[in-house]
Amino acid sequence: MLTPVLSDNWDQIRSWQLASYQRSGGYEALRTALRMQPADVITAVKDSGLRGRGGAGFPTGMKWSFIPPKDAANPKPHYLVVNADESEPGTCKDIPLMLASPHTLVEGVIISSFAIRASVAFIYVRGEVLHVIRRLQQAVEEAKAAGFIGKNILGTGYDLDVVVHAGAGAYICGEETALLDSLEGRRGQPRLRPPFPAVAGLYGCPTVINNVESIASVPAIIKNGPDWFGSMGTEKSKGMTLYSLSGHVTRPGQYEAPLGITLRQLLDLAGGVREGHELKFWTPGGSSTPMLTADHLDIPLDYEGVGSVGSMLGTKALQIFDETTCVVRAVLRWTEFYKHESCGKCTPCREGTWWLVQILERLEAGKGSEEDLETLLDLSENIMGRSFCALGDGATAPITSSIQYFKDDYLAHFENGGCPFDPMASTVFATAGASA
Amino acid sequence: MTIANNTVNPSAEVERTDLVTVTIDDLEVKVPKNTLAIRAAEQAGIQIPRFCDHPLLEPVGACRQCLVEVPDAGNGRGMPKPQASCTLAVADGMVIRTQVTSPVADKAQHGNMEFLLINHPLDCPVCDKGGECPLQNQAMSNGYGETRFHEIKRTFPKPINISAEVLLDRERCVLCARCTRFSEQIAGDPFIALIERGALQQVGIYEKEPFESYFSGNAIQICPVGALTSAAYRFRSRPFDLVSVPTVAEHDSSGAAIRADYRRGKVMRRLSGDDPEVNEEWISDRDRFAFNYATTGDRLTHPLIREDGELRPASWPEALNFAAEKLTAARGSAAVLTGGRLTLEDAYAYSKFARVALGSNDIDFRSRPHSPEEADFLAAAVAGTGLGTTFGDLERAGSILLAGFEPEEEAPTVFLRLRKGVRKNGTKVFTVASLASRGVEKLSGVVVPAAPGTEAAVLADLRSAGETGAAAKESLGADSIIIVGERLASVPGAYSAALRLALDTGAQLAWIPRRAGDRGALEAGCLPGLLPGGRLVTDPQARVDLQAAWGVDSLPGTVGKDTGEILAAAGSLQALVVAGVEIDDLPDPAAALAALEAAPFVVSFEVRNSQVTEHADVIFPVVPPAEKDGTFMNWEGRERSFPVVLQVPAAMPDVRALAALTQEMGLSLGFSTAAAAKKEYDELGRWDGDRAQEPTYQAGPALGAFDSTRLSTWRMLIDDSRSNDGEPHLVATARKPVAKISLTTSRRVGVTDGDELVVSTDAGSIRLPVVVTAMPDNVVWLPTNSADSHVRRSLHADHGSIVTIAGGNA
Amino acid sequence: MAENGSWNHTTATDKPVPYSTGDSKITETTIAEMRQLAARYPVGRSALLPMLHLVQSVEGRVTPEGIEACAGVLGLTGAEVSAVATFYTMYKRRPVGDYHVGVCTNTLCAIMGGDLIFERLKQHLDVGNDETTEDGKITLEHLECNAACDYAPVMMVNWEFFDDMTPESATQLVDDLRDGTEVKSPRGATICTWKEAERVLAGFPDGRADEGPTGGKATLAGLRLARERNWTAPGRDSSAADARKED
Repeated sequence: MLTPVLSDNWDQIRSWQLASYQRSGGYEALRTALRMQPADVITAVKDSGLRGRGGAGFPTGMKWSFIPPKDAANPKPHYLVVNADESEPGTCKDIPLMLASPHTLVEGVIISSFAIRASVAFIYVRGEVLHVIRRLQQAVEEAKAAGFIGKNILGTGYDLDVVVHAGAGAYICGEETALLDSLEGRRGQPRLRPPFPAVAGLYGCPTVINNVESIASVPAIIKNGPDWFGSMGTEKSKGMTLYSLSGHVTRPGQYEAPLGITLRQLLDLAGGVREGHELKFWTPGGSSTPMLTADHLDIPLDYEGVGSVGSMLGTKALQIFDETTCVVRAVLRWTEFYKHESCGKCTPCREGTWWLVQILERLEAGKGSEEDLETLLDLSENIMGRSFCALGDGATAPITSSIQYFKDDYLAHFENGGCPFDPMASTVFATAGASA
Repeated sequence: MTIANNTVNPSAEVERTDLVTVTIDDLEVKVPKNTLAIRAAEQAGIQIPRFCDHPLLEPVGACRQCLVEVPDAGNGRGMPKPQASCTLAVADGMVIRTQVTSPVADKAQHGNMEFLLINHPLDCPVCDKGGECPLQNQAMSNGYGETRFHEIKRTFPKPINISAEVLLDRERCVLCARCTRFSEQIAGDPFIALIERGALQQVGIYEKEPFESYFSGNAIQICPVGALTSAAYRFRSRPFDLVSVPTVAEHDSSGAAIRADYRRGKVMRRLSGDDPEVNEEWISDRDRFAFNYATTGDRLTHPLIREDGELRPASWPEALNFAAEKLTAARGSAAVLTGGRLTLEDAYAYSKFARVALGSNDIDFRSRPHSPEEADFLAAAVAGTGLGTTFGDLERAGSILLAGFEPEEEAPTVFLRLRKGVRKNGTKVFTVASLASRGVEKLSGVVVPAAPGTEAAVLADLRSAGETGAAAKESLGADSIIIVGERLASVPGAYSAALRLALDTGAQLAWIPRRAGDRGALEAGCLPGLLPGGRLVTDPQARVDLQAAWGVDSLPGTVGKDTGEILAAAGSLQALVVAGVEIDDLPDPAAALAALEAAPFVVSFEVRNSQVTEHADVIFPVVPPAEKDGTFMNWEGRERSFPVVLQVPAAMPDVRALAALTQEMGLSLGFSTAAAAKKEYDELGRWDGDRAQEPTYQAGPALGAFDSTRLSTWRMLIDDSRSNDGEPHLVATARKPVAKISLTTSRRVGVTDGDELVVSTDAGSIRLPVVVTAMPDNVVWLPTNSADSHVRRSLHADHGSIVTIAGGNA
Repeated sequence: MAENGSWNHTTATDKPVPYSTGDSKITETTIAEMRQLAARYPVGRSALLPMLHLVQSVEGRVTPEGIEACAGVLGLTGAEVSAVATFYTMYKRRPVGDYHVGVCTNTLCAIMGGDLIFERLKQHLDVGNDETTEDGKITLEHLECNAACDYAPVMMVNWEFFDDMTPESATQLVDDLRDGTEVKSPRGATICTWKEAERVLAGFPDGRADEGPTGGKATLAGLRLARERNWTAPGRDSSAADARKED
């Protein structure tokens, strides 16, 4: 049911240290990879069926194969950039991974860099996670001292530098081209594509950008083989992955399981919705993935399964909300988030989120009408697919899906002249007798 | 103003063989591969609304106004989302549907326009842009009549000054980033940037660094809303009350196409024209804002005659008669000094007047430091050569070597084209100079260091001029251009060395003077050894040719005096005719004034009171460019003709005044209008006979360590030039005058950054804050004619002069 | 040739940087550290975000002097640096207290109690959002999702995690911080000052990486269940992972 691979060493003493990681078999995959041809490493990752764990699900090996060959005609350096800017509301998998076992990522970084012939790799980690950054910094230093990073790695002649780079607070930098601009010391605003990063990414050079979990999955694939990886999961969504349960659930946390597990199964493992309550709605992969309901408990949580019900697997950030939760309040708060995080570059996202928040504020205060819901849907249509990047699309997801499934919650606000929910009732300390 | 260039940039070099066929709104068009859909649609006559798009800026796709539907990307598959046509490169077989035929595109555009307007103040009735506003126009053509937005608008305090000249109204801004992209990409002056984030994003400056770009006005012009306005034009007029006349800028030798908008006999503003061959769509702030100089209250309105030491008004006939009598008597002992404001036609008139009416070759247009070598160089390499190196050549050159020339300060339109070449084509720029100016840094220019006076030695042996000199030499070849400026006239041997270098390397050689009239004056023969069309005074055949054309029996056959010689001989000449000369432009203004005083009779043709008119015996008021027609021949050798902007009854351009004077002398100039003068000049044509020999002056020594301090100096674009009078906002954006010295020199003098430095000669001194920078030791740089730094007037000094420097406390 | 002259204009990082001597604490050492950061990247400008963190570690906020120092080291205009400094929420224009206390009020944490905790702290500290207590100790700010949703409601002190908070534990936390009582993050180190934290973010480690556990209860929830039920990934030996358990 659960298949701990990435999380397998998290309960080891000082699992973040090199010694502990190596006791768990760490850096064996690196030695294997360095004996392979770079192209064969790419093939192995391709064959494994690993798809990007940052939300989009693009096949990782294919992404790598877009990097042009390095020859006299293409002398530009290649770069690997790890997207460790985990910021999508509900998403909390990469941060615990890097805190518990930064070397899993670092080993993946070295193997992946070798595969794409990168000379420098960057781990762009959001700035708001101090201790994670400490452990990453230390892991990179340890790996350097051990000869896994630097000149002539393990005597193979391969040189690699790894830089841990702290961001400074901007959700948009999780968008890969915005991340590149940010890493170049600019405002984190998305870039025009084409050219794609594989052709002209960081400093205009061929660049691969991958999510932490994707890169961290590489050592296990190299160590155990693509078939082993493919033996887990479903036909098109292979391998194991970290599912993060949060919210009104008895035992929230990280559950590493094969792709395709259902929320019903996961909830079961996590002790169910908190006692005395029932599931109202949930997000499959963060707030940008349209919300689902109890009707969707049995869909396979893989790229295809979630897509089939009009949402997206995203980051597998399963936020669980029970019946004490006001959908309008939840949606307003998410919308405020998108407004706050909109980079400002394009009109629909910048102005649209500004407008949506004001309407939703009014609706939450009970001063709205059904006509406002029509306006919300129409504005969402004018943002969705019209914005420069996917942030605008994501901003519309909670609105359109909530009106689809919980129109009555909105109407109740109009009838009630305000929010009919007790905000205390949904808190974790509600039952503990605490008061605000 | 239109929203943008509505046609595909005709200067773009396209491979006509690589055409693709796309279908836009059911119309088939053939366009070069990778043409942007929005441009392809223009070719099909379909206007897609847009804000951020600008044909001369990199595509950004930010405003999302130009969304179109793509049912077939050329591969049989449609694109699922509407596409921004300003970033979509067309492919063969692509099918595009704009708002004209696609309800999806039309709704996307209407929806986007609604978003743009929710936070817009809708203050069109009090907005300068009202009536010529792309937002206003496109809101009408592609927007809903009514908004559904009833919430709270974003507000900002307004407007704020982002420079003395430019104001920003953030509420009106649609964040298209045209201004910031222009400043970064085109001008290289990223003093404005998008700051803050999301709905609070706004254009801003760093508080201590205002938007002091020489090109800031272009940002105002391309702003598609009323967010950027100029202090000069703000609230002055409504666009529909203005009459627009395409004309040519007079502040440098580029001949930029501009548009003058006037109302009730007064020019209210000037805008850049669109001339892909010359200035594209950009002009300098000086060309844009400096047009009030003729209306600041010191305009000459009627002729004046000096009687008993006092000037008194006179009628034209009386003044003409008075001058004619004296000049007729002075025939053979009279000289003519002309300045840089003259048109080709004016210059031709003075040139002919000197020869025909005064019987003299004593004529020189160089009212600035000059040399016989320069005159020889111009005669041999420039005069009568027609259209030579062009702006387009600059853009496409592999490498460029500048010598005695600061493009951003002296010819900003040239600077922009050089920068385009650097950015787009990787042109490598080298400059033989004493330091890296900001302009040169923006060209990623590499300095071949030369102390003032040593430029000739450096050019003569570039390979030995350090690492950068060797690199410059290495880069020069058939795809290179050597640009020499007028400052090399102060360096003996420099023009000769530059010519030699061009011959040796196969590079083109271009002379780019500072003033609008200089190339025309050269072609017109306003030099002591040159007649019109590059004819040499000393060439009998050329004289015979000209005698026939002019219908005169003889022309003086000896080389006349140049500006310096004329001034030196002023006391012994019987008369001096001066037109458009500013005394403070001359190497030694005090000596020049003394010469004017010594001259027995001075005739002045001038627009405004000046130091010359103060010493003149008779003054003829002539009109500024806005009130006459004519031609500036730009540095390329390209004729830039312009019409009368302001019709003034009885306006007297130089040509007409001079024709009347000649007639009064009982002779004929053969024309009395600019058009007739131009016709005669054109019929004369360029001389195809013998040309002057290339000068072979010896380069001075490559100065080693020398004890004395040498002055390096050039003029800043925005300085105390009288043509900037009347536009205080522009002048307030001038670069702060500083003195520059090397670290070693600063230690010798005992000053550090920011301290005051005193630069002195026997004539006087200049005090300025000092900036320590990379430059040769024992050299001090000063701006030539800026506030607190009037090198000519205060120091009687020139580029290469010996000066003394000391700390401000000394 | 002048001594400081570099005729090769490719490395803006070599240029001298003037800095105000007002109340700015930026010194030549800071400038040297900025250059050190710039040298870590193929293109120096990449160091701008770390450099601004460094400015905050020295100045307690992003000061004009800090902006000018960054601009000088990287050869940028003040506007270019301002553009970046104002884009990211971690850069503060007003002085931050010794402890930056954040309360996540994104949807999940808000619903789970974050809103009530934030309200309680505002009252308790008598400050509004993004304001600092009069004693200069604490700056309170509500945060967007900090990637610890399985520990909701979450607070951050100087960007260290504080998990499963309640209004009571939150007020106790800020009281301890104000009193100078040593405070440890349940999933991090002993709390240092905000300036010290910013220095780590800038890229200068403080040697505290080994403090704290591998993860909290939620991090290990799935793994413990797997151990309990002897679930492993295919081909993995469940006994291999038993040896030296954390806790």
